[in-house]
Amino acid sequence: MVGQKRTVVLGVIGADVHAVANKILDLSISQAGFKVVNLGVMVSQEEFINAAVESDAGAILISSLYGHGEMDCRGLREKCVEAGIGDILLYAGGNLVVGKRTFDEVGRLFRSMGYNRVYPPGTMPEVAIADLQKDLGL
Amino acid sequence: MKALLIDFGSTYTKVTLVNLDPPGLIGTAQAPTTVATDLAEGLQQALDELAPNQLDRVGLTRACSSAAGGLKIVAIGLVPELTVKAAREAAMGAGGRVLAAYAHTLSDQELQEISVIQPDLILLAGGTDGGERRTILENAARLVDCAIEAPVVIAGNKAASDEAADLLQGRVRRVLVTGNVMPEVNVLNVEPARQAIRDLYLQEITKARGLDRIQQRFGLAMPTPLAVMKAGELLQRTLRQDVVLVDVGGATTDIHSFAAGKPARAGCVCKGLPEPFVKRTVEGDLGVRASALSLLNAVGAERLMADLALVDPSLADYGVPDIRDYAAKVFRQKDCLPEDRLEQACEGAMAVACVREALRRHAGWLTESYTPEGCLWVQQGKDLTGITCLVGTGGVLVHAGEPSSLLAAGLNQDDPLVLTPRPPHPGFPPGLKECGAQGLQLYLDRHYMLSAIGLLSEIEPEAARVLLEDDLEALRDALLRKGCHVAGE
Repeated sequence: MVGQKRTVVLGVIGADVHAVANKILDLSISQAGFKVVNLGVMVSQEEFINAAVESDAGAILISSLYGHGEMDCRGLREKCVEAGIGDILLYAGGNLVVGKRTFDEVGRLFRSMGYNRVYPPGTMPEVAIADLQKDLGL
Repeated sequence: MKALLIDFGSTYTKVTLVNLDPPGLIGTAQAPTTVATDLAEGLQQALDELAPNQLDRVGLTRACSSAAGGLKIVAIGLVPELTVKAAREAAMGAGGRVLAAYAHTLSDQELQEISVIQPDLILLAGGTDGGERRTILENAARLVDCAIEAPVVIAGNKAASDEAADLLQGRVRRVLVTGNVMPEVNVLNVEPARQAIRDLYLQEITKARGLDRIQQRFGLAMPTPLAVMKAGELLQRTLRQDVVLVDVGGATTDIHSFAAGKPARAGCVCKGLPEPFVKRTVEGDLGVRASALSLLNAVGAERLMADLALVDPSLADYGVPDIRDYAAKVFRQKDCLPEDRLEQACEGAMAVACVREALRRHAGWLTESYTPEGCLWVQQGKDLTGITCLVGTGGVLVHAGEPSSLLAAGLNQDDPLVLTPRPPHPGFPPGLKECGAQGLQLYLDRHYMLSAIGLLSEIEPEAARVLLEDDLEALRDALLRKGCHVAGE
């Protein structure tokens, strides 16, 4: 049986419809022994939270490619706190912002928004999987 | 052999006598339901309406009931949009009335409400399989603490269900553990819970209601809405087409859809919990007698007055009645029937409003979403715009002078993004030009016997099918009789 905190919620946030990396992440993370609740594309913050509450997930993994990630991801940590899952792990990755900002700046920005891990474009799934195992104490 | 099929309704007890070999309707009769004394009294009065020799050789008796408020269910889940919604779908699909639905851990006030409601049954869900387990256990313990004794169907996280059942065992009248209504996020699984509710209905609830004698004597088999649903399923299987069934009653308006409801247009993304193929919604505030005043509140008197003009355009010549007066009158005297043309128009306008509002709530809807790739449509719920078969039932439609006009008027929605069945043609009533062979076909439950057919469909499916075909009257024929022109004919 899948251990409870080995469940992760996965999806592409906002009005973003880029599905390819989402499928790759689903496959890789499932193969690493996690139970993946994949919400697919165009997922709202509320959908991420609802799925995490019902499935008692240990982490929410958010992808965004279309450049609106900063807007779409802002406020999710606060809503998690309201929903009673304030200590859930939040990871975000992809082409998260528009404009010429270094990834260090983007990382700082997302950490200030309550995200535990932030990944630049081109990150391999194994990196996030290793972080998940470490952060969940597996 | 003959079969006697009985429907103990909230207002009337209806009996339907049919021949099985060859299948054919012998007669129907009704008498006021005697819920205060003994249901058998009202039944006897209805049977007395039939000729004595007609009741010879009755080899099969089956009954359904919606008397005394129907099957009252309280649904409990975790997240409103997920397990609470799934639990509601399961309860309504079992023919129940969901009087309240609760999310997260039950509060003292909510427990108090449940005590007041006195449900026949509680459907306890929450958590995906292997997911959240704390809430369902807390809710089971809280129900015990508050001495709520109604039977409980547990349809939540399988990793917590047995523990929840242990908490409830011996403290409530009966506990049944069944499959999770939402085993994984966004996966709906209502069939096991529906079946469990029906089992409890037969084994426990009829007994608790003092209906066990009725059950033994007349074969009380299911709640009436479930019987109607079974008739709809039979129709869907027979036609191999998607079907929508509209049942306008005195206290509630029920919509059943037998359709997948997938998007009919390209570039559309589906969101939310998937919809069951057989979906039923019950609107407790929409009806033409006990719910006449709540109908006024729900749709507004102005809208009803507009419908009045639609139902009877020449009414202005007679002096337009105030529909509020009529609603108040029928609310007080639930067994009164419209006496003149003005009252008939009021009755019709109320039926139109029930049909329109209940369909709007049942069907899905579209919202626009702008993405870097352009505008996308997001669909929630079922797309019923492509439905080709719509059946009307319920006293107000069956006994109406022109049920086709009422149904067609009820299909005109104000909001084009609501995915209800489209009217046979725009701008009803004049002109039928756009109604091609593929358009929506309206049918009426002519002999008001869909519940009887549904009861029979479990035992004698072939006879039920023949009776169904005889009963359903195609309303386009009625429109043709009125002299409307149909394109291509």
